[in-house]
Amino acid sequence: MAQITLIEAVTQALAYEMKHDDSVVVLGEDVGVNGGVFRATQGLQEKFGELRVLDTPLDETTIAGVTVGLAVQGMKPVAEAQFEGFIYPMMEQIACHAARMRNRTRGRLTVPAVWRAPWGGGIRAPEHHSEANEHLFTNIPGLRVVLPSSPARAYGLLLAAIRDPDPVIFLEPKRIYRQYKEEVPDDGEALPLDVCFVLRDGTDVTLVTWGAQVKETLEAADELAKQGISAEVIDVATLTPLDFDTIAESVQKTGRCVIVHEAPKTAGFGAEIAARVAEECLYDLLAPVERVTGPDTHIPLFRLEMKYLPSVERVVEAVQRTLAAS
Amino acid sequence: MSIAAKFEIEYLQYLDAEGKQVRDDLPEFAKNLDHMVELYKLMLSTRVFDAKSVALQRTGKLGTYASCLGHEAAHVGIGSAMKPEDVLAVSYREYGAQLYRGVQPREVYMYWGGDERGNDYQNEPARHDFAWSVPIATQCLHAAGSALAFKIRGEKRVAVCTIGDGGSSKGDFYGAINIAGAQNLPMVAVIVNNQWAISVPRKIQSGAPTLAQKGIAAGLYCIQVDGNDIIAVRKAMEDALERARNGEGGSVIEAVTYRLGDHTTADDARRYRGEQEVKDAWAKEPMKRLRNWLVAKKVWDDQKEEAWKAECDEWMDNEVNAYLETKTQPVTAMFDYTFAEVPADLAKQRDLVLSHENKGH
Repeated sequence: MAQITLIEAVTQALAYEMKHDDSVVVLGEDVGVNGGVFRATQGLQEKFGELRVLDTPLDETTIAGVTVGLAVQGMKPVAEAQFEGFIYPMMEQIACHAARMRNRTRGRLTVPAVWRAPWGGGIRAPEHHSEANEHLFTNIPGLRVVLPSSPARAYGLLLAAIRDPDPVIFLEPKRIYRQYKEEVPDDGEALPLDVCFVLRDGTDVTLVTWGAQVKETLEAADELAKQGISAEVIDVATLTPLDFDTIAESVQKTGRCVIVHEAPKTAGFGAEIAARVAEECLYDLLAPVERVTGPDTHIPLFRLEMKYLPSVERVVEAVQRTLAAS
Repeated sequence: MSIAAKFEIEYLQYLDAEGKQVRDDLPEFAKNLDHMVELYKLMLSTRVFDAKSVALQRTGKLGTYASCLGHEAAHVGIGSAMKPEDVLAVSYREYGAQLYRGVQPREVYMYWGGDERGNDYQNEPARHDFAWSVPIATQCLHAAGSALAFKIRGEKRVAVCTIGDGGSSKGDFYGAINIAGAQNLPMVAVIVNNQWAISVPRKIQSGAPTLAQKGIAAGLYCIQVDGNDIIAVRKAMEDALERARNGEGGSVIEAVTYRLGDHTTADDARRYRGEQEVKDAWAKEPMKRLRNWLVAKKVWDDQKEEAWKAECDEWMDNEVNAYLETKTQPVTAMFDYTFAEVPADLAKQRDLVLSHENKGH
């Protein structure tokens, strides 16, 4: 069985679903002959033709609105926003129509669509190519916001997103697109949405994270283990609707919670998790909740971007503070 | 001088403001006088419906309402030209087109009366049309996406969107006509130019002499019609729909009309436009010319007018009663359609809201 990267897993999921479901179409800028600027749609146009793998005019609003129209007509469009920083013109169509179509028509019209976008910093890209803005979508009712963090989860969650009857924002951590390979059987098996994944069991502290930061967080857990600290690591994966029960169960066990994300701190999705921990787990806590996040600034251009992103050391330090507190 | 490309915009009118026929080549549908009477009757019932809606709002029985007074020819012309299998994506005042396609007045009242069930059109073909689209021009891209779906599946259907003169300034409109041209989509965009976007007049929206010509840049067929002349609107629509259905390209139609009422019941147009302008517009309104023409053809008269108005009144009273008798949805309805199934996390919030409800707060 072939070992594949996260980006190859995205391609594999798209190809599988297009082969098995004629209503699945891919659209966006450069998704055709070029196979996408990151090659997520590599080879798909050859296999499925120019109409099902459609290069659109260069207008994000058009891509988003046409996606809504396609979905209402019973297609399952997978739209690509070339970079997360270019998704803003799509937001009106996503918030005002895709996310509320089912609700405002009492279920008469629905939008079973996926918006994919390469997400996050750390690849020395130009300005506007490194944003982490998942929190702008998590506050929109009617949307699922999904962030895979491994090739296998990218494959299984993308299949689930395409098959889901409601709109899904699928944010792909581009920093780990090609970071490592793993075996991902092309068996069409979807993973569940609305579920957090416990990646590592531990007893002293719960580390909650998603996207590319899963890498640093797991490395921090390794480092902490050397210090005799047992960290549980949770990949939230689907931010909304949130599976808070998995997080609560872990925090009740460990008594400590450190949330790691690269988006700005204030009103980032970590704030929601911290608030829930306060609401539901306060008396289980042995130390204040810590957040290790990007600061409330714009992500700098690439000479400084790694200073912006949470590092293994910052995560380890935060955990040590929670242990020192009790 | 060499010319790279050259364009012109046709203007189409059959009936002048008094109902005098200004050209002899009547389209086939207009030679069927029974059908023309049917169209007139729907225009009249739309007007009766509209007056009833405004009265409901003024007496506190409806929320904010967007009137369609003066748009009857444009809207009925659009709706009546379409086939059932086509799809209509409107903004929020195209009732004449929607009533033709089966939307019930009670559904309009429900929507503007604060109940989402008004968007759940029960009758075909409206049932597969889009619901009212309040964010300006966004519906144009839904038509483009629908047209793309028809093209991918090889279906001979056309997606129609309507847009105002103000809406034609928005990127969504330009994006929709642009991809319709680039992909040769079966789409027709109708700019219902009623001269006013709330308080902003047509001349502030664009320096272009016609709004129809915006479609030229997208590679579409373009025509400007007298939007108060239903024969002109319907003819332009029929031609555009046939071309689109046959894969011969999309169209932009500009129907020039006038918003005789306020933007909505929350607006007061006296703040920004003069009485004389409105008086002049009333002289060109769409009902009178068609009535004069039908009377001259001896297929309509005052007696028929009064009888039909009475029927419309009865119909609308019936619809109003049905609306007023509608029970408010249970409080949990706000949760039940957010997703196909209520997610576990959201179900907890629903239970909380329900417990408040049960305690009476």
